[in-house]
Amino acid sequence: MAEFDTELDASGLNCPLPILRAKKTLNGMDAGQVLHIIATDPGSVKDFDAFAKQTGNELMESKEDGGKFHFLVKKV
Amino acid sequence: MDEKKLAIIATKGSLDWAYPPFILASTASALGYETQIFFTFYGLQLLKKKLALEVTPLGNTGMPMPMGMDKWFPVLGMALPGMQGLMTAMMKQKMKSKGVASVDELRDLCQEAEVKLIACQMTVDLFDMDHAEFIDGVEYAGAAAFFEFAGDSDICLYI
Repeated sequence: MAEFDTELDASGLNCPLPILRAKKTLNGMDAGQVLHIIATDPGSVKDFDAFAKQTGNELMESKEDGGKFHFLVKKV
Repeated sequence: MDEKKLAIIATKGSLDWAYPPFILASTASALGYETQIFFTFYGLQLLKKKLALEVTPLGNTGMPMPMGMDKWFPVLGMALPGMQGLMTAMMKQKMKSKGVASVDELRDLCQEAEVKLIACQMTVDLFDMDHAEFIDGVEYAGAAAFFEFAGDSDICLYI
């Protein structure tokens, strides 16, 4: 997993909370910084892809590891 | 990127039907939509300071029941006193255990994200409700005000 600036653990949270928490965290970050999100909601895989496409933030990485989903989002 | 707009009409006042408007509105805001929800008729229950939303198994054939209760106690059993309260408690418990946000929480998130909440003044009058019963930040208007926003919206939902 690449470097990141901030980490958000959204484990145990269900739709739409991982996206809402991620958006809130990104609001407090600077452009170019990277947010690492950890989630357990299987729906979050497609959701973070859609979130990135619609907000312009870059989804640098999306992977599953040991039942958890990891996303790296770079703030635009 | 031009700001998109989402207009929602919320007409239902039960625990289960409270979710779609607040989930969609909060998510749309996170995606950059300007969002407005117009609450009318039973939907006004979703704006009360103290939410007392319940879910009913009556007439709801799609509602999954625990322990096959719908088979043991068909329709009439579901009408027993206390059944609605029991089902509501079980539903809330289930939602909590699955990490689903409470309606209060989603509503707070909507307000934080500046989703505009509009209550139908006609319904307020019809049911002899008082503005003091509703949360702060609610605006009161009618159908014409809804169309002013909805007419320019990219997505318009009736829930």
